Amino acid sequence: MTTTPKLVIDNVGKVFSTKSGQVVALDRTSFSVEEGEFVTILGPSGCGKSTILRVVAGLEEPSSGHVYLDGKEIKGPGPDRGMVFQSYTLYPWLSVKDNITFGLDLKGVPKKQQDEIAFHYLDLIGLKGFDKHYPIQLSGGMKQRVAIARALANDPQILLMDEPFGALDAQTRTIMQEILLKVWEESKKTILFITHDVEESIFLGDSIYVMTARPGRLKKNIKVPLPRPRDYQNKHSEDFLALKLELLDLIREESLKAVNP
Amino acid sequence: MWKNVFTPNKDIAKPLYTGAGIATFILLLLFWSILSYGGFVNPLFLPAPDKIVKSAVTMFQSGEIWTDIGISFSRVALGFILAAVIGVPLGMLMGSLRVMQGAFEPIIGFIRYMPASAFIPLLILWIGLGEGEKMAVIFLGTFFQLTLMVMDVTKNIQNELIEVSYTLGAKSFQLFKRVILPASLPGIVDTLRITFGWAWTYLVVAELVGASDGLGFMIMQASRFLKPDKIIVGILIIGVLGLIMDLIFKAIYRASFSWMRKEGS
Repeated sequence: MTTTPKLVIDNVGKVFSTKSGQVVALDRTSFSVEEGEFVTILGPSGCGKSTILRVVAGLEEPSSGHVYLDGKEIKGPGPDRGMVFQSYTLYPWLSVKDNITFGLDLKGVPKKQQDEIAFHYLDLIGLKGFDKHYPIQLSGGMKQRVAIARALANDPQILLMDEPFGALDAQTRTIMQEILLKVWEESKKTILFITHDVEESIFLGDSIYVMTARPGRLKKNIKVPLPRPRDYQNKHSEDFLALKLELLDLIREESLKAVNP
Repeated sequence: MWKNVFTPNKDIAKPLYTGAGIATFILLLLFWSILSYGGFVNPLFLPAPDKIVKSAVTMFQSGEIWTDIGISFSRVALGFILAAVIGVPLGMLMGSLRVMQGAFEPIIGFIRYMPASAFIPLLILWIGLGEGEKMAVIFLGTFFQLTLMVMDVTKNIQNELIEVSYTLGAKSFQLFKRVILPASLPGIVDTLRITFGWAWTYLVVAELVGASDGLGFMIMQASRFLKPDKIIVGILIIGVLGLIMDLIFKAIYRASFSWMRKEGS
């Protein structure tokens, strides 16, 4: 039986024009993501990994190639692809609950149903009782959890995450990863997750794409052999550590290239 | 109590802070008193403080000053409201649509360097000496600055906030109404507060030339009849009115944007 993948990235490349000429941010790249799969993209900073995500989100037009979601070509941003950014993007003038229901309200979903969805996700991200709080009253980790809930409440086909925990401290980040896995297992969403953190890419992903330094290219695809569901103790297993060493080597090579081109 | 007084960027005791402000006022008053009561200046140019207070009392008692205040205030308010009603939406559009910025920023950027007061002779030729001319001066004095400042406020909205709205399904109009407007509202209210202060300045300019009532006219008349006390009272009234408006804007700001404060509403 052959099924079409959820997301197909076909020969996507991105060239930026600058004053000093053309810069290839992303070399022609192809890969696909299956329904319900958690895919992480690991790369050194400035390798164009965010560019892939922004093209999939429709926020950036590719210079070449196409992206297909459920077989349909992506032409611009839309609510079928939820996005969580590294920077905090909650609407500061809306309460936590109104942030979560923002997309639903745009669609004209009845208030009662909006409330049900909001409280469901508040519960899921562990922020029950925070519905009336404003973003300024939340910690960084809480803000990102609400941002995840806001994206999921819209029931997107795929969740795009651009280093969402990059600005958080190490301890909070670990906890956020576990919360995200719980949310993913419950919601069964397809997730494309960008990170430069090796442990994060292994702990979260079913499959890891390692990218080269600029110009960004896919260097290697690795399936993560860890069982599901996972918790932080998996981080001490032999499989995890072996994979971590392999990835650290790969990423170090690329980071060196980026530092000494 | 005197800790950190001369340490840069360090907080000091609250009474010390307030006291410093009051001390400055008292020093100024003291300096003035020495000059006038000490007989160092001719009272024809600088009357003594008690003379000013007495004039103020008579002016308010006789009541005519209230008419001047009312007329001046309505001129400022109308001219300024007109500038805001056009300038705020235009500035928001310029801050969010590149084509609008391209169309209007060069011309507004050019006109704002032409002093509004220099337009007065032209305005008198065009629309005469009536209320329209006074409002037009205030409009010209505030509109261009206000529009550019609102544009900047709108432009400075965090780009990701706009982008995430697209991924949540917002269309252009929804984006304006539900993201760009609320995100720039605090900055807009603050811009209005600042530009309203400038509107007062242009009012006096407008009323010094070819007016037959209003605070500016009253000041001009007092000068003609050598009544410096009345001039000073007029200037003080304008200052106090400006201060009151500033406080009102600040109160509106605090009441409307409680989400900007950690402790909530």
